[in-house]
Amino acid sequence: MSEGTLYDKVWDRHEVTELPTGQTQLFVGLHLVHEVTSPQAFGMLEERGLDVAYPERTHATVDHIVPTADQSRPYSDDAAEEMMSELERNVRDAGIEFDDPTTGRQGIVHVVGPEQGLTQPGMTIVCGDSHTATHGAFGALAFGIGTSQIRDVLATGCIAMEKQKVRRIEVTGELDEGVTPKDVILTVIRRLGTDGGVGYVYEYGGEAIQDMDMAGRMSICNMSIEGGARAGYVNPDETTYEYLEGRDRVPEGEAFEELKAYWESVASDADAEYDDVVTIDGSELEPVVTWGTTPGQGIGISEEIPAPEDLPADKADSARAAQEHMDVEPGDTMDGYEVDVAFLGSCTNARLPDLREAAEVVKGREVHEDVRGLVVPGSQRVKAAAEAEGLDEVFKDAGFEWRGAGCSMCLGMNEDQLVGDERCASSSNRNFVGRQGSKDGRTVLMSPPMVAAAAVTGEVTDVRDLERFEEVRA
Amino acid sequence: MSADDGDAGPADIVTEVTGTGVPVRGNDIDTDQIIPARFLKVVTFDGLGQFAFFDVRFDDEDNPKEHPFNEEQFQGASVLAVNANFGCGSSREHAPQALMRWGIDAIVGESFAEIFAGNCLALGIPTVTASQEDVEALQDFIDQNPDAEVEVDVVEEEVRYGDTVVDATVDDAQKRALVEGVWDTTALMGANADTVKETAASLPYTNV
Ligand code: SF4
Repeated sequence: MSEGTLYDKVWDRHEVTELPTGQTQLFVGLHLVHEVTSPQAFGMLEERGLDVAYPERTHATVDHIVPTADQSRPYSDDAAEEMMSELERNVRDAGIEFDDPTTGRQGIVHVVGPEQGLTQPGMTIVCGDSHTATHGAFGALAFGIGTSQIRDVLATGCIAMEKQKVRRIEVTGELDEGVTPKDVILTVIRRLGTDGGVGYVYEYGGEAIQDMDMAGRMSICNMSIEGGARAGYVNPDETTYEYLEGRDRVPEGEAFEELKAYWESVASDADAEYDDVVTIDGSELEPVVTWGTTPGQGIGISEEIPAPEDLPADKADSARAAQEHMDVEPGDTMDGYEVDVAFLGSCTNARLPDLREAAEVVKGREVHEDVRGLVVPGSQRVKAAAEAEGLDEVFKDAGFEWRGAGCSMCLGMNEDQLVGDERCASSSNRNFVGRQGSKDGRTVLMSPPMVAAAAVTGEVTDVRDLERFEEVRA
Repeated sequence: MSADDGDAGPADIVTEVTGTGVPVRGNDIDTDQIIPARFLKVVTFDGLGQFAFFDVRFDDEDNPKEHPFNEEQFQGASVLAVNANFGCGSSREHAPQALMRWGIDAIVGESFAEIFAGNCLALGIPTVTASQEDVEALQDFIDQNPDAEVEVDVVEEEVRYGDTVVDATVDDAQKRALVEGVWDTTALMGANADTVKETAASLPYTNV
């Protein structure tokens, strides 16, 4: 059993009692709500005649179904409009604060929480969304939950959970130019498997993680779930505190210092005990892209696509099916794989630093004539900040569409979808068959600069081979 | 349980599920496959059963394709046999809801994604694990004997079919919840409201 880790400490601080099921009743410090997974839970509450116990610890936004082109109401999609109205009614009745698109704060729930300072170290955070793990970047325990658990949290302010094991993932060394946090997490998932994290919470640490900004840490924690772990976190440090200071929901002055003392106290002890430790040499990594239909089917850009028969027996069949779906051959690299769409967005990679990095690649270049390029900022604030520094012009000049904030083509619940068997270079987190709205569509996961590179060349490209990097190297 | 009955919900106590089986083979079957995102644009779970595995069951013209859920001999099945990491991906409870409303009351697999298993539990659906070998044998058996009953015994942690008894594993909390009928965590936790207030008050971030 782990001891002295952030997980242990935050768990203990939030433990209410042990339940007859053997689970722990945990107090929830922040409950984030969006439109897709909450209506049924509010419905269950209503059926039982229960009220929302802690509306002040609950915060809502709308992200999955919002159109990112024309956002005027009513939405042209009736089902989307119905979901939006339902959410509006539920939050109004319960007195829950709601970042609707008229507030200028709307966006993907995992972008909105951190940027407003709602997400803080040492909290327990839940949301009816598996990528809630994102918030772990701040040293919070953040879990995705199902609809019945949403009902639990709404009604009681708590969730019932079993304690899990803690695996420390130590990323040593310095990342090379052109190698990003996305490449680190795709490597973790590839090495440990899509189910390697089942039963574990991941603690990410080591030099490469310490050197990352908060956006990078969020990209990593975000995809913990793709590695099978329910949650992932990074211990809070000066980078965390600097990010938080001055945000809307973070107190100032003495109150800030008091909170900071708590935040520091929950970080894992130097002699903390872990159930497992895995080390990855960050300095060895190159940009990673996926060749298949699970996030674990990834390779370095210079590596060859594996032959199914060379993989462990239980991976061979799915690899074969995936290669057929993706139309790739073992022995080839992904370098040169033609794409029709470049999607820059999602809760993994649509924060300001992500857009900046991509814009740097795009600047002075043009989106390939056969490619539809889409930039969907993670939130209205990200969008405004990007526009303030002229990133929108860079993208638009190059031929990208510059959209409103939302989940968009990450899962294709609005009109932004792949068509037919289109191939998409995507900065999102899931390449499952059908994920981007077309069951024949093909998704290649990669970092924002790699998406930018694919957009301009029309094929999967090592961003380090583009001129900018040649100049740097020369 | 018929597909899509309106009052589908957790039974009080689930010690055993008996019924015919349906095998769905493959590792890493994700929730986007179990219920594609476009069917999530709903404010209730009613009627989701018909959309279970939709994109692998139907082609672009909505004509049925080859899939166990389409096959005549598996209609009415209540025990689903799956492989590793079933239910990975999103937290959508729509996934187990769709399966349940199609008729599934228990799932036997090599392993399950945790949020999915938790969502199943909330609906009173056991997610029982067994070794790869045993699961594959069960799937083969069901293929050959679609009318035979499969017994998923939560108490004894066994899956029985034909003359075979398979050692299975049921997660401790899941077992207690199902067997003792204490799955209603809302009621359980709601009873501790005062202690919750104390815990909340003891946290440094709640009073700023
Ligand atoms: S951006 Fe994608 S992964 Fe993130 S919350 Fe939205 S749909 Fe889910």
